Amino acid sequence: MIRLARAASLLAALCLAAPAAAQEEVRIGVIYPLTGAAASTGLELKNAAQLAADLINGTDKSLGLALAGAGGLPNLHHAKLKLIFADHQGNPQVGASEAERLITQEKVVALGGCYFSSVTATASQTAERYGIPFVNGESSAPNLTQRGFKWFFRTTPHDELFVRNSFEFLKDLEKRKGVQVKRIAILAENTEFGTGAAALQEKFARENGYEVVAKVLYPPKSAQLTSEVQKLKAARPDVVMQSSYLGDAILSVKTYKDLGFLPTALVANDAGFNDSEFLKTVGKDGNGIISREVWALDLAAQKPVIAKANALLQARHHVNFNGNSARAFTAIFALADAINRAGSTKPEAIQKALRETNIPGDQLIMPWAGIQYDATGQNKLGAGIIVQVQDGKYVTVWPFALASKDVAWPLPAWDKR
Amino acid sequence: MTQILLQTVLSGVLIGLVYALVAVGLTLIFGVMDIVNFAHGEFLMLGMYASFWGWALWKLDPLFTLPFTALGLFAVGALLYRLVIRRIIDAPMLSQVFTTFGLMILFRGLAQYLWSPDFRSVEHTVVDGKVAFGGLSFGLPQVTAAAGAVVTTGAVWWFLRFTRLGAALEATAADREAAALMGIDGQKMFALAWGIGAACAGVAGALLSSTYPIFPDVGASFILVAFVLVALGGFGSVTGAFWAGILVGVVEVVGGFLWDPAYKMVLVLSLYLLVVWLRPQGLLGKA
Repeated sequence: MIRLARAASLLAALCLAAPAAAQEEVRIGVIYPLTGAAASTGLELKNAAQLAADLINGTDKSLGLALAGAGGLPNLHHAKLKLIFADHQGNPQVGASEAERLITQEKVVALGGCYFSSVTATASQTAERYGIPFVNGESSAPNLTQRGFKWFFRTTPHDELFVRNSFEFLKDLEKRKGVQVKRIAILAENTEFGTGAAALQEKFARENGYEVVAKVLYPPKSAQLTSEVQKLKAARPDVVMQSSYLGDAILSVKTYKDLGFLPTALVANDAGFNDSEFLKTVGKDGNGIISREVWALDLAAQKPVIAKANALLQARHHVNFNGNSARAFTAIFALADAINRAGSTKPEAIQKALRETNIPGDQLIMPWAGIQYDATGQNKLGAGIIVQVQDGKYVTVWPFALASKDVAWPLPAWDKR
Repeated sequence: MTQILLQTVLSGVLIGLVYALVAVGLTLIFGVMDIVNFAHGEFLMLGMYASFWGWALWKLDPLFTLPFTALGLFAVGALLYRLVIRRIIDAPMLSQVFTTFGLMILFRGLAQYLWSPDFRSVEHTVVDGKVAFGGLSFGLPQVTAAAGAVVTTGAVWWFLRFTRLGAALEATAADREAAALMGIDGQKMFALAWGIGAACAGVAGALLSSTYPIFPDVGASFILVAFVLVALGGFGSVTGAFWAGILVGVVEVVGGFLWDPAYKMVLVLSLYLLVVWLRPQGLLGKA
């Protein structure tokens, strides 16, 4: 009888121990474009996400973010985060099938990624079907959080806010510097990201009393952008608003220069223009370009944690954070925070914790008021900034309260950069 | 308006000539041995990287290194034939497609592994700046690229038309067995075709290297158009590919300007469908 009781208690102990043992690592699937035209961006995002996970798993508390240096997730017996990366090649179908593989074969408890809005759309659909939380850090197509999904959460603000920002910026400039802007031309690549942004720009331009003199959508990865630029040139805009990924952003700037197209200002919609490779490639021709951003290194003056985090990335990969990689980093922290509060790797528990997320702004390397999701899964405390390339660096020029430099207006002539 | 139109037409011609050079290599390989080379865009990529490294490591201008790039790519093409393609020459078409498709993925993967997926570019080249006349303006690198493409395409055409070796190549293309009976070494001719084909793409890559960003997948941006040109101009026809290149370049740029750039490839592919429908052998192909 005693032996039986002993055996039973042993069995009970084993059963109880089993989940704890299984929680030694928390597996998170992260999908990025690791090959294909956006591979260099994908690699930056991957490195930033991995840095975030390593900081949470490590014991160095110097960064000052709550989970950094926690040695794993405290409420899960210090279980370590394990990021399992997958490559979507910029292809929505591949993104969806990789999401499925991560969920069914790699047994991940949550998903992140995918940078490309078009891929985030399909991969999060798969996550929704399986009931696995999906935390997106860097896709900005507005409709992603307008699909009524229950498992999709987005930390970054979306294009509606960004586009509104760029018009507020123009209005502020008109007030403060007396610049005259009347004619706006829109250039955008014709996938989810570009078409969505272009539609919003058109809407906001009309609402703000600007004339949209051209709206040019082009297929990405074109061998030439001559017809696009000619169309812009013929429309004689004051300001060009552009949404392009890296390769097209580089080609368009070269084509502007070759065809002698010089608007008063080029206001880019992040993406390719804010990739670390962009300025390396176009060099001086990039000077004067204005872009909406979510992050800039010079914000460190107001937020010291930014400089500290950047130093860690520099030490490891010899590259600065940028808006994309800072958001990838932030998404991992936001997800880890939720899993930790859930104290469990059950999808329902993580989902519940995500809904209750309340990360204050000082716990982020972003210039945001914090992270709190609304009913659609959209972070409602995000904010954008506007940066400009000055002397080969991105500097914050708006909002004026955060600006480290004055806006240079208009664009300098091509041979005077 | 006429001025802008003239500008777009000429811009179209400039890019079309480069398209043509990429397609010339492809059509040559196809014409001589009926193999579709899906890895052709990767020859272009290798040509671009060769120029880039010459510039980045030794400060050599892509135009100076161009002959070496051409020779290097010739060697890559001929070697690839000896090592891989030779074994599948009589294999079913599906095996050939899988082989060259596999080579495409292999080359892209290797480039990404060796040189990272970063976007590179060659700056401060010997030819820089613009040519402007009568209100028209063209980047000098584009003009040079187009001129280089004309010279190279012309050289290939001259070689095929006026040299004994070229005639032997054409003979092999026309009838492999008959050519062999006349004492022409088929293996050598095939290797030659691959060498010249790869060299053409390599030269195109070198010419593009100062205007287009360089990255492992860059071939994808050009290869679709090249396939269209091969079919449009007539399978195996160098002059056909040349004229088709100009035509497609103009249709793409002018069509995109007059209509909607989002549909520029629709215009190109419609033109292709139209030609294939009315003249299945292509513009200058032999039925």
